Amino acid sequence: MGRKAKFNEGVIVKKGPGRKAKKQKDPIFPKELIETEKSDKKLSARQKKRLKKREQIKKARENNQELKEDNDVPKDITNKTKKQSKAKGFSDENSSWLKPKNKPKKQLIKLNSSDTDEELEEQSEVESDISDNEEEQSEVESNISDNEEEQSEVESNISDNEEEQSEVESNISETDEEDNVKLGNLSDIATDSEAEDEENDDFDSDDESDDAKDSDLLPIEKQNIKLKKKLAKQEKEAEEELQLNIADQETFKFPTKESEEEVKSLQDVQQRIREIIRVLSDFSKLRDSEHSRGEYIDILRNDLCTYYSYNEFLMERFMQLFPLSELLQFLEASEVQRPLTIRTNSLKTRRRDLAQALINRGVNLDPVGKWSKVGLVIYSSQVPIGATPEYLAGHYLIQGASSFLPVIALAPQENEKILDMAAAPGGKASHISAVMKNTGVLFANDLNKDRIKAVVGNFHRLGIVNSVITCMDGRKFPSLMKLFFDRVLLDAPCTGTGVVAKDQSVKTSKDETDIQRCYNLQRQLLLAAIDSVNAKSSTGGYIVYSTCSVLPEENEWVIDFALKKRNVKLVDTGLGFGTEGFTKYRHLRFHPTLNLTRRFYPHEHNMDGFFVAKLRKFSNVIPKSADSDEIDEETFDNIESIEEESDSSLNTDSKKNKKETKQKTKIIENKKRKLNDDSEKSKTSNKKKKLQKNSDDKNIEASSVKVKKLKLGNKLKNKKLVKEKVVNTSKTKEINDSKAKVSPKPKEKGKKDKRIKDKILNGKTKEYGNEVNVSPKQKEKGKKDKRIKEKILNGKTKENGNQVNVSPKQKEKVKKDESVVQNDISIKLGQKIKKNLKKKNKKQNFGALKKDKSKMNGPFKHKKGK
Amino acid sequence: MKRLSEERIKVLFEKLAKYIGPNIKLLIERPDGLYCFREQKDRVYYISENILKLANTIQSENLVSAGTCFGKFTKTGKFRLHITALNYLAPYAQCKLWLKPAAEQQFLYGNNVSKAGLGRISENCEKYQGVLVYSMSDLPLGFGVAAKSTAECKLADPLAAICFHQADIGEYIRSEEDLL
Repeated sequence: MGRKAKFNEGVIVKKGPGRKAKKQKDPIFPKELIETEKSDKKLSARQKKRLKKREQIKKARENNQELKEDNDVPKDITNKTKKQSKAKGFSDENSSWLKPKNKPKKQLIKLNSSDTDEELEEQSEVESDISDNEEEQSEVESNISDNEEEQSEVESNISDNEEEQSEVESNISETDEEDNVKLGNLSDIATDSEAEDEENDDFDSDDESDDAKDSDLLPIEKQNIKLKKKLAKQEKEAEEELQLNIADQETFKFPTKESEEEVKSLQDVQQRIREIIRVLSDFSKLRDSEHSRGEYIDILRNDLCTYYSYNEFLMERFMQLFPLSELLQFLEASEVQRPLTIRTNSLKTRRRDLAQALINRGVNLDPVGKWSKVGLVIYSSQVPIGATPEYLAGHYLIQGASSFLPVIALAPQENEKILDMAAAPGGKASHISAVMKNTGVLFANDLNKDRIKAVVGNFHRLGIVNSVITCMDGRKFPSLMKLFFDRVLLDAPCTGTGVVAKDQSVKTSKDETDIQRCYNLQRQLLLAAIDSVNAKSSTGGYIVYSTCSVLPEENEWVIDFALKKRNVKLVDTGLGFGTEGFTKYRHLRFHPTLNLTRRFYPHEHNMDGFFVAKLRKFSNVIPKSADSDEIDEETFDNIESIEEESDSSLNTDSKKNKKETKQKTKIIENKKRKLNDDSEKSKTSNKKKKLQKNSDDKNIEASSVKVKKLKLGNKLKNKKLVKEKVVNTSKTKEINDSKAKVSPKPKEKGKKDKRIKDKILNGKTKEYGNEVNVSPKQKEKGKKDKRIKEKILNGKTKENGNQVNVSPKQKEKVKKDESVVQNDISIKLGQKIKKNLKKKNKKQNFGALKKDKSKMNGPFKHKKGK
Repeated sequence: MKRLSEERIKVLFEKLAKYIGPNIKLLIERPDGLYCFREQKDRVYYISENILKLANTIQSENLVSAGTCFGKFTKTGKFRLHITALNYLAPYAQCKLWLKPAAEQQFLYGNNVSKAGLGRISENCEKYQGVLVYSMSDLPLGFGVAAKSTAECKLADPLAAICFHQADIGEYIRSEEDLL
């Protein structure tokens, strides 16, 4: 009732005069007082009465004085607290004349005051009678309000000071002023005898303030000054300390063997990690001149390994991947579980309804973010979130926030045919189905029989009816359903370096071979995924590749491989956030469009470490024709093994291989530049590009190629030979090539050229340790040129561990060395030499080509049989 | 994926009729395309013809599931409904019963429904008829067999079983391994 209280913060209660406020205010208004005084004025008789009363009081006082003196002390104390406001009135200005007043004097003063009172009253009696107006004024002034009373007192004090200054006038004015005060108070006295006490109090408080005013300041002010001094001192000290600290830090001592033994507790290790990171952040300044950066980093790595309990290999990978400042954040974030998220099953319920139902069960949740309409974050829950009736009824499923991303990127449409190659436990697959609203068909595949059961359970629980659940090797899909799907999601099996928080065993269990195994499988799966997508699909033709790893070997490198191998290009994922993928990583240089891929980190995006890439297949033809398909399939394993070798050689960074890797990277870069140029030129040159890509690929994969010699050879060739039209396959080019050489014209034109070539080739063969002897007879005949190549290539194949053995019989059988074409090197060579063919020979060559093609299948089949 | 034999179709439909009565024909004659029952490894799947065609391209040893699994034929030739069929049984159910919130948990752990846990029950339930079990918020929880007719229920002892448990959605957690 009545009062408008602020029960809630932030709710502004309108201020206004309530009933109570009005009632309370009334007495404060001076009107009444004024009225009473006015009545006083009018009633001069009453004044007389008052005078009489005063006299009576005086008499009484005189009688009581002795008693009062005894009682004064306690009253003073009580009144001090009551009337501090009055004490305030005694400002600095009083100090000069109030100084001498001490406690012993008090009583005297009081006595005096009482005396003066008497005198004054007598005076005032006279004066008041004489000059009523003056009194009235003073009374009015003094009694307007309590505050004004105080003011009047202050005024009186001020005037007192003035009096001091002019002692002559003081007596008169003092009395006058005191009169005013007293008269004001007397009116009170008329009603209340306590007024006298108040007067006394005034003096007492004066005394009190006097004591404090030794230095012209109030005690608060004094304290303030003291405090300021103290603070200044503290600041000074702190600053000094800080500088001391800095000085201490600047001398980070490089640990010796002895000191390393001392460091044992985790805190010590952490301290050292911080110090080293600080040193490394400003290395030139803070370094110890005796030690190199490498040594610092070694120590740091060891410390990080011990502190976060990783194995050295993985830690080194992380250190290569992240800048040092981010590294710690990443490692810290990897220690902590990401928030639990659930995905609403839009087939059965809506997010709002689900949220309501869960809130009713005591779950504290929030939407996961603007980027998802089905995600909810669970902060806390009173019930097990994986066993509520809503969960069992399939209204939601528990799924990491990062798992939404590939499906969002895939953007499935209704009535599409979609494949999830590695589906278990079915979170992403069911999400796809929910987005498709149970239309079309979804193939959910997983290799693991035990894990596929989870897919079955989840799908039935969530009410997904458009699914076919299979348990097979994903790599076999192209052979089963080639060019069938509109979209494929490949959430590839990976090392799981992005989800260390979920599975701590990753920290120690992974090494070089694991990663190698992973990315080889991933590459094969990705190629299989691309092959099973139909580029001509009206709505699709997309492949989304995702892993829960952060290592570029399993992400960008795999995508880069696919870009070279297949007619796919990267497109925007449509996710709107996430950091861009790498276009270069250490010695690796990826396709520039790899910045369209997206990476997610636990420390940046508060979700598991994740990688998402979206590919669009723009042609079913693929950089290989019908027969080169076979080649690829056959040689696939070989290529892979070669890659592995070369990769491992790259990674081991042995001195021998360093040169090679440098050369390779050079080649790659050059080729990439070319590629870019090409892409700018026109779309019609697509095929060319593909070929080049292909050849690039081969180039990269080919082991130890002497770049200089090749370049030399190319230059020489290019001088005399003209570019040839690009033919579909590199193989056919190769054949063309050989034909061109066989044809008499080039022979005639470039005998020298040939010799040079031969030399080069000989050099090559020697280099590869081939036993082929290029006899003069062979040189004589144009055909032999081919054979030499063959042999060279054979040599290569042997070197690369290829099982293709081209026996002399086969050579005879296969007049035109197509069999060798299998080898990637041959393709490369063909590619190189293709430019050298003469325009004039085109038609002939084409004619020959067709024949060749028809023949070509023969040897392949033969080999397959082998 | 093979067609069901006449006998098996008969057994299957008899079983389904216990739960959804004449609504079976709604399952087969659908406006959104042809649907059919197919059998693989004694499991019966309810599947759209379109998807069936595609599923047939997969070798049978690789095919785990397609469409919705309704249940399986036992070695003795009887048909047993699985909880996975709930999605299709719940909307067409003839006889329903609703559980009190306190009894939900009991049922989800595989226990029978007692009179005490019975929230309400549809009127025309016969004894031993298939009955769908719902929570009070109309969430289908599973199905079973009515132990008593609706009339008998009114007079039953509080501890007497009203519905024998057959399948409940708790199985998705309890026995994910052998759902099919």
